Amino acid sequence: MSSDQLAQYLFTGLTQGSLYALIALGFAITYTVTGIINFAQGEFVMLGGMFSYYILDNTSLPIAAVFLISVIAVSLVGVLLELLAIRPARNSPVVSLIIITIGASILIRGMVGEYISKDAVPIPSFTGDGKFSVLGAVVTYQSLWVIGIALVSVVGFYLLLSRTMIGKALRACSINKRTASLMGINASNMSTLSFLISAALGAIGGIVIAPLAFTQVTIGVSLGLRGFVAAAIGGFTNIPLIVAGALGLGILEQLGGATLSAYKDAIALGALLVVLIIRAGWLQTATGSE
Amino acid sequence: MAGKLFKWQYLIIALIAAGLILLPFSGDIYYTSIMVIIAIYSMLTIGLCLLMGYTGQISLGHAAFYGTGAFISAITTAKYGWSPWLAMPVAAISTAAIAYFIGLPIFRLRGNYLAMGTLGMGIIIWVLFNELDQFTGGPSGLPGVPGLSIGGFAFDTDFRYYYLVWGVCAVMLIISYNIIHSRSGRALRAIHGSEAASEAVGINVSQFKIQVFVLSAVFASIAGSLYVHYLAYVSPSPFDFMFSIKLVVMAVIGGLANIWGAVFGAGAVVMIDQHLGTFGELDTILFGLILILVMIFMSHGLIPGIGDLYEKWRTRRAKAQDALSSK
Repeated sequence: MSSDQLAQYLFTGLTQGSLYALIALGFAITYTVTGIINFAQGEFVMLGGMFSYYILDNTSLPIAAVFLISVIAVSLVGVLLELLAIRPARNSPVVSLIIITIGASILIRGMVGEYISKDAVPIPSFTGDGKFSVLGAVVTYQSLWVIGIALVSVVGFYLLLSRTMIGKALRACSINKRTASLMGINASNMSTLSFLISAALGAIGGIVIAPLAFTQVTIGVSLGLRGFVAAAIGGFTNIPLIVAGALGLGILEQLGGATLSAYKDAIALGALLVVLIIRAGWLQTATGSE
Repeated sequence: MAGKLFKWQYLIIALIAAGLILLPFSGDIYYTSIMVIIAIYSMLTIGLCLLMGYTGQISLGHAAFYGTGAFISAITTAKYGWSPWLAMPVAAISTAAIAYFIGLPIFRLRGNYLAMGTLGMGIIIWVLFNELDQFTGGPSGLPGVPGLSIGGFAFDTDFRYYYLVWGVCAVMLIISYNIIHSRSGRALRAIHGSEAASEAVGINVSQFKIQVFVLSAVFASIAGSLYVHYLAYVSPSPFDFMFSIKLVVMAVIGGLANIWGAVFGAGAVVMIDQHLGTFGELDTILFGLILILVMIFMSHGLIPGIGDLYEKWRTRRAKAQDALSSK
């Protein structure tokens, strides 16, 4: 592997990892606030790309407006998911909640396939298809958008949690819901809010990555899995570690895929599962939780 | 009261069994072939019910074992000329070994982690079906899988295959019924109730989980073998993530802890597929809605849920009658 190639893999991995980071933070916020792993998390990414495609295809709005409308629309889907499917079953056993969010996941897939598109759809790059070269790696403008917007989102997410009253309320719910309620925090609203935030993060990722990779109804599952593993690496609470895990995964996938490209997905996912099993085994024994 | 109900149950089962035995004589080839598929899906769902309903575990990648059985049978018979009757047990044993070695690490996980782990496992094995194309034929598949026959008797019509698959399905039901009503079955339900308590009374929790996982994988493998010898062809597409989820839908409709319901769940999903699957994605939408609504309102599954509603209605009516007569 030449140094040019290495630089390319690192950069592509970083771009891909930025997307995983957004998905992983989505898992983290819903899991810590509600105790629920949202198996439809990856579908938010797919929805972001699909909504943008749909709006661009039917209107002539500028990309910034499309971006904003899509994020708001997907956030609403997240809110609806929480209100209609999660809230009525909040006290159900884990297996029931898993099945509910799986149901939501395929419901969303079915709706998109039926009413938007079953095929892989493209959207144009935000600012043209320009590219330049750094250390032998080809850098497209769009990949800078991906990394830049992801960075802004992650920092915004971090500041929201650590510097605002709402963030404090969310964190309070994640530590102890009942005590938080006693302090006058509306835990149900925080649960809805956590789904809104996670949907928005997923949508942002889905829109920025869409010009680089076609969006298809089926992409949600495997993207969700990768985000989940990154979230598990950071124990669902440690934001810097989650982001580092996501970027690491992105790069690892590129390096692994470079040597055995045909089995790229299988190898990447296999590696992820090993991480998951080691890390989750540790998490479970450490916290005694599921 | 309970005795009366019991007799009714036997009558219903006898009627259904008689209907199943007589159905192919109607000469309706379309429904006979659909019933063959329902029998095969039932085998898969029975295994999944043992794992999910009775043991309280979850598998979102069960299509992988179905596919493993299918591909091992197809490859050994179509490419290397093995007898299907040799291929089938070899496939089942290999799938059992794979399930065992996957089960060892993966059943260290619980709940959400286990669900994610099995989901990943399913995707990985599906990728392998596609990528190991020198064996599996890749995405375009592998034709020329021979049919089944015993001596000179070939199971070469839907009519004959029907009895074969429903016979196998009945055997699996009987095996499962006996497991559920044995010491092991009680251990499984104990694990469902509380793992810590089960461990405390001396049940080897992880060993039981892996055993059920392996058993359900063996059922799935046999179903896969029967499927490819029926179609005479195999490709990766029937074993993807969506099919794993469809299996969960079947189990949820039938009632998770209800092996008899598994057959109804399989039937319902096949019928929905037949009537909606051809018009785009309506079937997927319906499956999603079923999963969400049933889990919110009837966490034991659709058919037991309807049974519960009936019981509630009957007790309410009985109370109302008592109130009337006491006046």
